[in-house]
Amino acid sequence: MLDVNQVRADFPILQQEMYPGVPLVFLDSAASSQKPTAVLQAMEHYYRALNANVHRGVYRISEEATHAFELARQKVANFINAPDAAQIIFVRNATEGFNLVAYSWGEANIQAGDEILLTEMEHHANLVPWQMLAQRKGAVVRYLPFTPDGLLDLSNLDELLTERTKLFSFTAVSNVFGTINPARRLIAAAKAVGAVTMVDAAQSAPHMVVNVQELDCDFLAFSGHKMCGPTGIGILYGKRHLLEAMPPFMGGGDMIRRVTLEGATWNDIPWKFEAGTPAIAEGIGLGAAVDYLTNLGMDNVHAYEQFLTSYALEALSEVPGLKVWGPPAAQKGGVAAFTLDNLHPHDIAELLDKDGIAVRAGHHCAMPLHKKLGLSATTRASFYVHTTTAEIDALVASLQRVRAVFRL
Amino acid sequence: MDNSIYREQIIDLYEHPLNRGRLDPADFSYEEDNPLCGDVIRIDARLDEHGRIAEVAWSGEGCAISQASASLLTEEIKGMSLDEVKAFPKERLLGLIGVPLSMARVKCALLSLKVLKAGAYGIPDPEVIRDL
Repeated sequence: MLDVNQVRADFPILQQEMYPGVPLVFLDSAASSQKPTAVLQAMEHYYRALNANVHRGVYRISEEATHAFELARQKVANFINAPDAAQIIFVRNATEGFNLVAYSWGEANIQAGDEILLTEMEHHANLVPWQMLAQRKGAVVRYLPFTPDGLLDLSNLDELLTERTKLFSFTAVSNVFGTINPARRLIAAAKAVGAVTMVDAAQSAPHMVVNVQELDCDFLAFSGHKMCGPTGIGILYGKRHLLEAMPPFMGGGDMIRRVTLEGATWNDIPWKFEAGTPAIAEGIGLGAAVDYLTNLGMDNVHAYEQFLTSYALEALSEVPGLKVWGPPAAQKGGVAAFTLDNLHPHDIAELLDKDGIAVRAGHHCAMPLHKKLGLSATTRASFYVHTTTAEIDALVASLQRVRAVFRL
Repeated sequence: MDNSIYREQIIDLYEHPLNRGRLDPADFSYEEDNPLCGDVIRIDARLDEHGRIAEVAWSGEGCAISQASASLLTEEIKGMSLDEVKAFPKERLLGLIGVPLSMARVKCALLSLKVLKAGAYGIPDPEVIRDL
């Protein structure tokens, strides 16, 4: 099991007080995680000692920067068990990964009348790019529904996933319910009808083992900033034959082999998709984040979060009028989105903040999910490697005070 | 817990809102949402023969701050002319609410005023525009 006190010492932001005598209780890692010292140091080292553009200079620091940046790519490849680092495309975030596939693969492969299958529990990042693609092409977007427990309803999967389905894109873990979806089963079903698959790993890569060869997905995307890394860097993984056949997404420097006034030829993958100077410090920072999580052990991370989630669901059930949405702890990542009587999530979050507790209030970029539940918003507490049971107790005590303020 | 922004009056108005409801027919109506939090406020108003606010009602969903603000605002504008409504300063509404608000919450507090002014200026209901 993970030693949470040792882990907490790695996160400098957790040492500060929000108000005099009130420590920060950070329960919003699902939106963006905190960064351990090792990540901050790796980025600072790049700027202090190696700062130069990559893939260009023949001088020493440029070669060292290139090496550090490409080493980070290899670390990410190892982290998700990709066969080759060339299949790891550096993008800004998971959102850009979806857009890249929608524009590059989608423009070349989706035609009028084709179907794209998504689920009703997707983050907007895995909804809007496909809706835009479908609109451009006259394609149809269909949705796999979820049950009242926040589990995917697979009873009509055969009707929704058919030979007309050209792409099935779904989240591995819901950012609201926390549902851990049966990714391997869904991918196998999609392959049986010849559909290309894409997995939103934004909420799984930070918290559990992701193995792209075992999943056998065609594409997978996640963000660095939710997994102890910096903002501005994310990952798109793709199968080699698909990436090689795809046209570039953006044009510019670094992505070309040769440019003439008449046109250009493209660089090899992954650089074909990385026009312009990349986020070098951020890529190196993500590499350090991968090292950090790998040292903790992703199995340990997942086990610790399962323990926290069980503890939290039990503790939150003591608050009268509180309902946590989604499945029971065994099928759930470290997320508890809840409602408390009919209180508005912004009122709850504002009062929790007065106790130093940071939670997310709103629709969490999943408006269709909330609409189906008949809610405009929920309050979401999310847990990570540095979360303690004492912090969950503090959340519960603070929620009891919220009830008192509202005379409940 | 420092709960100063949820002073007694805000909670009182949350429990017992003023002027809550719908007017049909109304001389002007407007509805808008705050995409940040999903709050929705609708205001319906009727004018008297002198063009002053005779009756006003608000409806919608929202946080305690936006709900209290709608109660206070609708109470305050009774008897005002349309020109007075159009010129109603936001500082006056924030003064009525009377608690220090963060930037994000100022938007909650001012949603009702935004809706009221859009109605007073005769801006077509956004739903009408969508339906055209």
